[in-house]
Amino acid sequence: MSEQTTAASSHNVDSGGLGRRLFSGAAGRNIGLVIALLILVGVGWITAGGNFMNPDNFLVILRLASVIGVVAIGVTFVITAGGIDLSVGSVLGLASVIASIAWLQDAATGFWPLMVVAAIAVGIVAGLVNGVIIAYGKVVAFMATLAMLVAARGLAELISQRQTQVVDNQGFLNFFRSDLLGVSWVVWIFVIVAVAAWFVLNRTTFGRRTVAIGGNATAARLAGINVKRHTVYLYMLAGGAAGLAAVMLLSRTTAGTSTHGQLYELDAIAAVVVGGTLLIGGRGTIGGTVLGVLLFATLTNVFTQNNLSTSVQLVAKGIIIVAAVMLQQRFANREAKAAAPDTAPAAS
Amino acid sequence: MALLEVRGLTKRFGSAQALAGVDLEVRAGEVHCVLGQNGAGKSTLIKTLSGAHQPDSGEIRWLGETVEIANPVAALQMGIATMYQELDVVDGLTIAENIFLGHEISRGGVLKVGEAHERTHELMRRLGHPDLSPSREVGTLSPANKQIVSMARALSHDIRLMIMDEPSAVLDSGEVDNLFRVVGELTSQGIAVIYISHRLEEIDRIGDRITVLKDGRSTASNLPVKRTPTRELIALMTGADVDQVFPPANPVPADAKVVLEVKDLSLGTVFQDVSFEVRAGEIVGLAGLVGSGRSEILETVYGHRKATSGTVTVNGRLLKPGSVTDAVEANMGLSPEERKSQGLVLEEPIYRNATLSTFTRFAKSGLLNERAERGATMTQLKELDLRPADPDKITRTLSGGNQQKVMLARWLIHGTDVLLLDEPTRGVDVGARMELYRLIRDVAASGTAVVIVSSEIEEVLGLADRVLVVADGRVLAEKKAKELTEHDVLDLVMKGSAA
Repeated sequence: MSEQTTAASSHNVDSGGLGRRLFSGAAGRNIGLVIALLILVGVGWITAGGNFMNPDNFLVILRLASVIGVVAIGVTFVITAGGIDLSVGSVLGLASVIASIAWLQDAATGFWPLMVVAAIAVGIVAGLVNGVIIAYGKVVAFMATLAMLVAARGLAELISQRQTQVVDNQGFLNFFRSDLLGVSWVVWIFVIVAVAAWFVLNRTTFGRRTVAIGGNATAARLAGINVKRHTVYLYMLAGGAAGLAAVMLLSRTTAGTSTHGQLYELDAIAAVVVGGTLLIGGRGTIGGTVLGVLLFATLTNVFTQNNLSTSVQLVAKGIIIVAAVMLQQRFANREAKAAAPDTAPAAS
Repeated sequence: MALLEVRGLTKRFGSAQALAGVDLEVRAGEVHCVLGQNGAGKSTLIKTLSGAHQPDSGEIRWLGETVEIANPVAALQMGIATMYQELDVVDGLTIAENIFLGHEISRGGVLKVGEAHERTHELMRRLGHPDLSPSREVGTLSPANKQIVSMARALSHDIRLMIMDEPSAVLDSGEVDNLFRVVGELTSQGIAVIYISHRLEEIDRIGDRITVLKDGRSTASNLPVKRTPTRELIALMTGADVDQVFPPANPVPADAKVVLEVKDLSLGTVFQDVSFEVRAGEIVGLAGLVGSGRSEILETVYGHRKATSGTVTVNGRLLKPGSVTDAVEANMGLSPEERKSQGLVLEEPIYRNATLSTFTRFAKSGLLNERAERGATMTQLKELDLRPADPDKITRTLSGGNQQKVMLARWLIHGTDVLLLDEPTRGVDVGARMELYRLIRDVAASGTAVVIVSSEIEEVLGLADRVLVVADGRVLAEKKAKELTEHDVLDLVMKGSAA
């Protein structure tokens, strides 16, 4: 009897606050982004017509988004924990160079995934160095990863001697030329990484630790969480993601070079923050990051379809970053007001 | 002669008797604290004194003469200014414009900006903030500085009495220190302050006399702060018996196992050679003044700070110095001094804070089991009588007392052998305090060794079985709590520091 009453009353609450529930759910937090994306698609449709509005073009957009997407997902974890990683672009460049070294490609003749393993390993090692310097060397993340940004780029130049290294491993090329259900493997990798990352961030102890450290590192430490060790894992994860992204870029460009991934760190951070992950940590959203990346990729595509210069693109990108962040804040405030405190300590 | 005398004040709103007979006497230059739980009538009293409400009966005497305070402007003209909890400054105006809002200095309708700025500067200097420029926009100021502007506005009138309604509610601890300095300056200029708060520790620091309200009545008037023990205040505010404020101690059997053993623990120059033992079911208190090293001792025992020498043993297991993880694995828990900045992830729901040290235990091969976490949290919330018992409520929205309960819930779910409590009742209102005292006793009675630190010596004496008196980073004495009085502790501390 009492159970029935409870069920009935909670049902009432549900229907009464349906609108609020929509807004406070994960989808609601991203609603600004979805709207922005739809507007952009509308603009593309109107200005470029069928050239924009066809399945092939959407696949192009997805392929465009995939590399940055994987990088941004790694960065999402670091930012959620209150850190920052500026080195991911350079680490991607370094990984692309190492994975395409001639003798390594030869060694991988019979077993092309060795190239993938090499690239990811490079990223993980770079992340390990970042993490140890930050967690145990007590260097602020901004500076430590800025140093890695410079150093990894330099190392990539040393190894490649500033030459472009063509990918000629047939196994590697064949795999990435093939597709699944008409969709490129590069896109599938992005999808798999996104789903896995969502699961890890929201459903595992690793994700819980990440959010707790970003929300209050001291409290996490005093509750017995090994904050330093987890910090190292986070930078390794961001590095590893950059390594995987390097493989994806290698397959698209069929060449490894030390200039790969330049300014990717900024694109990734922009997508993460536009997506709604708090730069100060404590809240992270993989869905938001994916939408953020798609937003920028679509923008680029719309501009290209209309033969507009990249300079105009950059200006528009800047405006979008500001507009999207403001929209996010608008919804975040609404959410904060919806949750009224039980005792009001008049915080102003 | 008293500056303000209130006799038998009553006020009824519909069927609610907000004031049912309040007596109050305020002298020039004193800080007179008005204490009471929520709904005791504090706000109605303030509003009556500031002219916003008219009393139904009773007398208000100002400088010896019976007066009627018709409206807020009349109150200001008499010399009574009120600073409300919600800051009443205009963000878009400058500091000077805010201060002279409603009584601008002008001639023939033309503002005399120069003079206003000069007088503002003078006021800010009086309040100890000569650095704030009169032309600065108020919207850019911190809540603490907005409060200063609000005070300066009051002072721009020729006032004799300032009423402050929970001024510390919006401030952090550093800003509270500054507020107290300003209050000190006001009183040294002969201005009286009525200070409303439910934080006993603040009243202890700045109050001269206390009037306690309960159910619209003054249950005690004009008590001197220095000679009124905390437990008496709590009893007056809650209506409980003085003897019941601290629940009775459970006798610890002499053969109870020693759970925590601290030996010759030192931390650089902060404290040296601290040794003590705590048995299962025993509460040991560290008593001492601020800066004596009590909190640091607790944090070092826990591994939050790395001991320079000495050992900590829990159930025979030697802990790794400077490793909180090791301490938590040995079933030690800490409720830190600064709950908000050190204890809780405020933007997360209650259950995630309650299981912050145990969520891995609920998880299976890295997969969270939030259902089990919510269930365990729910059980504790009911046990601790935290209302509403909603594990998904965001922790920031809870009151201080409820946040402290979440900290207790965390360690109760974890199941600790040693529980370290640093200032467990700071910022907790009086009704909730008595509840926390009972809960802490219950935790000990279940066999946990408890160590408690509090800046209120009486709280330590009331809760602990044994007390270590600490001063200048040394343990001066170790005694049974029953054999000590607050006076003894202070005596020991003074002598110890002098030696």
